[in-house]
Amino acid sequence: MMAIDVLAARLRARIGAERVLTDRQQLRTYECDGLAHYKVIPALVVLAGSEEDVATAVRECAAAKVPFVARGSGTGLSGGALPHADGVLIVTSQLREIIDLRPEDERAVVQPGVINLQVTKAATPHGYYYAPDPSSQQICSIGGNVAENSGGAHCLKYGFTTNHVTGLRVVAPDGEVVRLGGMAPDTPGYDLLGAFVGSEGTLGIATEVTVKLTRLPETVRTLLAAFDSTDHAGAATSAIIAAGVVPAAIEMMDALSIEAAESAVHCNYPAGAGAVLIVELDGPVTEVEAQFGAVTRLCEEAGAFELRVAADDQERQLIWRGRKSAFAAVGRISPDYIVQDGVIPRTALPVVLRRINEVAGEHGVRVANVFHAGDGNLHPLVLFDDAVPGEAERAEAVSGAILDLCIEHGGSITGEHGVGVDKARYMPRMFSDADLETMHLVRCAFDPDNLANPGKVFPTPRLCGERPGSRKHAAFDGVEVF
Amino acid sequence: MSALDDLAVKAGDDDVVGGVPARLVAAPASTEEAAALIAASADLNVVIRGGGTKIEWGTPPRDLDLIIDTRRLTGVVEHAAGDLITVVRAGTPMAELHALPGQQLALDAPATATAGGTVAANASGPRRLRYGTARDLLIGITVVRPDGTITKAGGKVVKNVAGYDLGKLYTGSFGTLGLITECVFRLHPVPATAFFVRAAAPPGSAARILAGQFAASALEVHAVPGADPEIAVLLEGAADRSAEVAHLLDGEVSDEPPPWWGVTPPGTVLVKLTGVLSQVPALVATAVGAGATVTGSAGAGVLYAGFTGDPHGRVELLRAAAVRAGGHAVVLTAPDDVRDTLDMWGPVPGLALMRRVKDQFDPAHRFAPGRFAGGI
Repeated sequence: MMAIDVLAARLRARIGAERVLTDRQQLRTYECDGLAHYKVIPALVVLAGSEEDVATAVRECAAAKVPFVARGSGTGLSGGALPHADGVLIVTSQLREIIDLRPEDERAVVQPGVINLQVTKAATPHGYYYAPDPSSQQICSIGGNVAENSGGAHCLKYGFTTNHVTGLRVVAPDGEVVRLGGMAPDTPGYDLLGAFVGSEGTLGIATEVTVKLTRLPETVRTLLAAFDSTDHAGAATSAIIAAGVVPAAIEMMDALSIEAAESAVHCNYPAGAGAVLIVELDGPVTEVEAQFGAVTRLCEEAGAFELRVAADDQERQLIWRGRKSAFAAVGRISPDYIVQDGVIPRTALPVVLRRINEVAGEHGVRVANVFHAGDGNLHPLVLFDDAVPGEAERAEAVSGAILDLCIEHGGSITGEHGVGVDKARYMPRMFSDADLETMHLVRCAFDPDNLANPGKVFPTPRLCGERPGSRKHAAFDGVEVF
Repeated sequence: MSALDDLAVKAGDDDVVGGVPARLVAAPASTEEAAALIAASADLNVVIRGGGTKIEWGTPPRDLDLIIDTRRLTGVVEHAAGDLITVVRAGTPMAELHALPGQQLALDAPATATAGGTVAANASGPRRLRYGTARDLLIGITVVRPDGTITKAGGKVVKNVAGYDLGKLYTGSFGTLGLITECVFRLHPVPATAFFVRAAAPPGSAARILAGQFAASALEVHAVPGADPEIAVLLEGAADRSAEVAHLLDGEVSDEPPPWWGVTPPGTVLVKLTGVLSQVPALVATAVGAGATVTGSAGAGVLYAGFTGDPHGRVELLRAAAVRAGGHAVVLTAPDDVRDTLDMWGPVPGLALMRRVKDQFDPAHRFAPGRFAGGI
């Protein structure tokens, strides 16, 4: 009997046959996450129904030295939940209970499969919400958000998942259930919670998440400003920040992404715009009103030819609909596309956007830009047609060149989508061997056998336990280690 | 000549940590020099010292050969105002960061504390309510590992998920994982106006401020045994909210903070107490009942209790109260003669994993040995 068959039998006995999938057709459902051009069929899927199921599955994997990958809703965009062909995919999307909602303590305790937006929906009647809001917030899970340290449009003011998680229960790669952090802030000891959030499933699986709830703002004002060019929209962004205003969000879309959004959701953005900015302010009424006046004036001074202010929540939703649907909408103007996720210092926006256009032109591909201007998180959509020979390669080259531009300007290869399998090879461009080795020290502390989501984040797997200077090249179970 | 021979001098009378005297002191002036020093001192036990404002925090080192002093590792390397970030060497006094034109590193720390020390001790003050703590404001870091390797994590952009967020791991690690030599911080604009509302009010009234729409930047309580407790609120931005808060609390508006604002309470023993927000009043009551002066953030659930006298029973009492409140009680400092008999850190979840992290970074356990939780 194959090792995986033995494992399947043991898992069926321990957590129930209905929760263990081995049928190839069923397994195919899980062959990719939101980044569909990487596909791997897992050897086995466990549909966890409890923390104990997760722990049992991980313990059995550890005993059999079989790799495992965690998966929430599968909306990730870096292949972080891409299965391992010889491994177990542990699905947490059925763990959907909001365990404890404590507005008086500004906390909620939720299971990892709870959908991001559900936390806000549960907290809103009490006057609170959950601030991190990835564009996929209607379907993405909190567990996945924790794995990827997800961001969203409102990170500029409110921070990322890591700023809003105070406690976790985690199944460590040896199957042990460990509590990291808690309800109160500043748990003594190393901030393993901080290291775990954003570790992309390589340090274990979160089975319970304690999040901060944020007071709903007294008011929200949303403005759409249309400009001739991204340069002018970028200048407006810089002016707003320089004026000491910290909006809840500043989002930018260029002409091509506006065109895509129009054709998909008819958001009716101003005609002829080379770029639009969406600026949102929230907080106490008097403060927001004062700042809103300043933002409006600064946009006009930077050359905005049309300004629209959302009069009510419906108009606000309409303004956001174009932005939130932009990724999907690009499918209407191009059969295939690569979403990049690089980050640059905000002040480098004009020069980098120009260079992106130049690089795209040199390679004969189009790039649509839709991004979080306030924090410099670009989302260039590199458009191509896979049916045209050579175009995919050219798009890939442009995509890589964009990341190099980000690194060159002091930025990052990923702002919110994660490294996953997609960008692991770019990590050495941003980090030295010593930097990667240091991250790997943490990996070795948690997962000495390299079983938790192997092949993600790090470009090359390494053997734990060897000290610097004593490394040697060796073949180990078919992968190169050093 | 090794970097150790070049840099180290014989320790003086003041070169003592938690009652343990050092043999040598060395003050490297660059990351590279620090790396050479650390590599050359592979058989020495090391404690790192910045401004020394928190050098008495934590358990005393088991052994101490060398103090690495960061007083020459100073200077603002970069202040990119348009990007709201700054890059500073670890030994830079916070006074320099307080003086950045138009912008601020929103960490409350004494002027003589260093940036690196503030990160290493994970110190925080009143404004953590609005701006978060060092772990939230640190976006990049350079560290020399105990084996002398120079390593970086994070970067110069606020939004960044490339690789592990090691800045968080180093924050609050008390110098047990290496020497922080450079930090990249997120900055905030200096607000146009700032008002303090001060009132004689029980800690429980903090909940009314939190539940309102005041967007307070800080919400502090202060309680002294035998006196009425006080509450103070910092409001930045528009002025009208301070009048509303003053009305609500029957307090007074001032542009100056009360004298106890952000000040560590007096005493020979200092305990950091954490708990969920609804339990802050109970925590304050327990601490005051035990004879402690309490100052801290009712908005964040982080309090500091100071007292003088035998700490044993009182630490147990405070720890039990903190656990009931969902938090922890950590003794930051205590007289040298009782430290050995005191459980300063208390129970810490995930300790086995922490030991494994320490083993990976510092296999010989020579960086701040015994200073940290669980004897790490």
